[in-house]
Amino acid sequence: MKSTEDLLKQAAELRWQLPQNLHDRIAESIHGEAARIAGRSVTRSGSNRRLAWQQRLDHFLTNPWTAFPIMVAVLGAILWITIVGANVPSKMLGTLLVEQGHALLTEWFLAAGSPAWLKGLLVDGMYLATAWVIAVMLPPMAIFFPCFTLLEDFGFLPRVAFNLDRVFQKAGAHGKQALTMAMGLGCNAAGVVATRIIDSPRERLIAIITNNFSLCNGRWPTQILMASVFIGSFAPKGWGGSIAALSVLVVALLGFGFALLTSWMLARTVLRGEATSFSLELPPYRPPNFWKTLYTSLIDRTLIVLWRAVVFALPAGAVIWLCANIPVGDASLAAWFVELADPLAWTMGLTGVILLAYIVAIPANEIVVPTILMLTVLVTGAAGGAGAGVMFEADDATVRAILTAGGWTTLTAVCLMLFSLCHNPCSTTLYTIYRETRSVKWTTVSALLPLVMGFLLCAIVAAVWRALT
Amino acid sequence: MNTPDSHEAGEACLACPSRFSQLRKLGLRVGESDFVIALAGNPNTGKTTVFNALTGLRMHTGNWPGKTISRAEGGFSYEGKNFKLVDLPGTYSLLSASPDEEVARTFLLFGQPDVTVIVVDATCMERNLNLVLQVLQITRRAVLCLNLMDEAHTNGIEIDARNLARDLGIPVVPCAARSGKGIPELIRETAIMAARTDAPPPRRLPLEIPGLRPALDLVEAELHEVFPNLPQPRWVALRLLEGDREIMEAVRSGEIGTLAEPVGAQLTS
Repeated sequence: MKSTEDLLKQAAELRWQLPQNLHDRIAESIHGEAARIAGRSVTRSGSNRRLAWQQRLDHFLTNPWTAFPIMVAVLGAILWITIVGANVPSKMLGTLLVEQGHALLTEWFLAAGSPAWLKGLLVDGMYLATAWVIAVMLPPMAIFFPCFTLLEDFGFLPRVAFNLDRVFQKAGAHGKQALTMAMGLGCNAAGVVATRIIDSPRERLIAIITNNFSLCNGRWPTQILMASVFIGSFAPKGWGGSIAALSVLVVALLGFGFALLTSWMLARTVLRGEATSFSLELPPYRPPNFWKTLYTSLIDRTLIVLWRAVVFALPAGAVIWLCANIPVGDASLAAWFVELADPLAWTMGLTGVILLAYIVAIPANEIVVPTILMLTVLVTGAAGGAGAGVMFEADDATVRAILTAGGWTTLTAVCLMLFSLCHNPCSTTLYTIYRETRSVKWTTVSALLPLVMGFLLCAIVAAVWRALT
Repeated sequence: MNTPDSHEAGEACLACPSRFSQLRKLGLRVGESDFVIALAGNPNTGKTTVFNALTGLRMHTGNWPGKTISRAEGGFSYEGKNFKLVDLPGTYSLLSASPDEEVARTFLLFGQPDVTVIVVDATCMERNLNLVLQVLQITRRAVLCLNLMDEAHTNGIEIDARNLARDLGIPVVPCAARSGKGIPELIRETAIMAARTDAPPPRRLPLEIPGLRPALDLVEAELHEVFPNLPQPRWVALRLLEGDREIMEAVRSGEIGTLAEPVGAQLTS
């Protein structure tokens, strides 16, 4: 019986007798064979118009002078379509699910003679949180995802990676990080899994840690709502949608900047090393398969993500209602926490309610906005709802009225947008990070790094804002 | 410990149920299927589109290399037989691999699917053939899916499929998976190939490098002695002669003999 050591030793000895460039010779012989076979079976006839057209398009999309404005413009356009397009269906869903649905359920529960706590927990807590999630999230997602997928099918994404390669290289990161960040725009957990296309462990870790700076679908609605309600509403009439889209675009680009900055910092400190080069194939532009894409992104992506949101919203709704209705001493649990967190939140330009909402929403970013709204109503007893834990209307003006009653200013909205960009990843993403890295250390870093950055960022913005106004 | 027929096991016993055990080790739910089909090919040649066309599933496709990062499974039946289809991430070569390529490489090498359907992009045959030739070194039963024929046609590229089939020694099916063209033929050829026990060996590389052949024979024989159940001993032998560190490490630790766990995307840092 031979041992593996003998085997390896023999292989090593034999290796010395073989040509030194064995690997290259084998690759060469495969290559030559491939060329011979192709030469015998493939014929090309002349030039063709389609290729020329593609080259012209690539000239624009990969030239640094034109590529960056085009990329920003495309992202801005998608955001604008999403914000403007989602407005009406969101309002309709809000009326249907939040206003009428809630009233109907309340009636039924009262008619059935259910105890107040049961009706409160089920209808005012669980149902309402879920209804809010659907009303706030479904329309923007149903517009944003298909747009994005169509671009992907067309062949735009690899061009983006190509353009950003040099930027990432300068930061000491891998050029394919642009692709994983683009995936993160849909879902950070998916983005983290997508880093498998990066073969250097060091650069892969950087890509994993910084993926959180890609706004995920759970956070787009927060951005869009804050931008529409607090920033867009100051714009001249008719410009609200554009201004809102612009401010979300700024936050998204800021996220990209943070990703680069963090990559750069990591590559200079704990994850030091040279950026590896890679070859990226630019695929031909292909006309997207419109209906199929629409179907896949609606059924698979939108509904699956929505389902996840609903699954998390149901228990979260119960938690919110319980927080607001379990008395500790002379106030509810939520009120106590909010009072405790308020000083810290004030330095960050936020409110205690927002911090509490972010703790409730650790499982899923999707439920941040509904949680904030419900908690605000319940803690401040603001108008617009009846009783603790209930709120009805879903249009921008009411949301604004409620939040203003909760002590909000434009600063609060701006800081919330920044904090939404810059805080710990959701629990699903954290679990995925752990699964991919098998390291508690790096998972902790991925959670704390953006959180600390978010605290600092918000505190600085709030301090400057207050100094100026 | 060497039973007289153990060397033949890999060749002769393709139809016995034990061939599935290797696949189960790689985490595949073999289930009720009669045959396991792997989809291999360069990145962005439309493997997932072919997968969707064959299975009726709707896995996400995208127009960029690297869209599929882990394995997807699906199934279809044809003439009363159940086929399990495995969609693999694209890979340029079996010689080196990033974590996503590793998934494909490990599966093709050690999973031993019944048939490997190699999907190639008809618009750039020469580069795609590099992988085809490598895959043909490690499998007896393969079918070439000449995908994106529609695009090749608009680009003024004509391919003589019969000539190609003769050169490669495997069936070649021209397809345009996006519109479903050629998919019935692909299914038929794959089913025929899966049922064959007498498939002629496809084209092997000449590898006319002085001294390589005897060295390979020697190392392969020794590998067989130490790891009697190792699939693809010749490929492993070649990697050892080339000095592939990962494979050397796997041999030293004996891991290569078990391959119980799928070589996933675990970071080593």
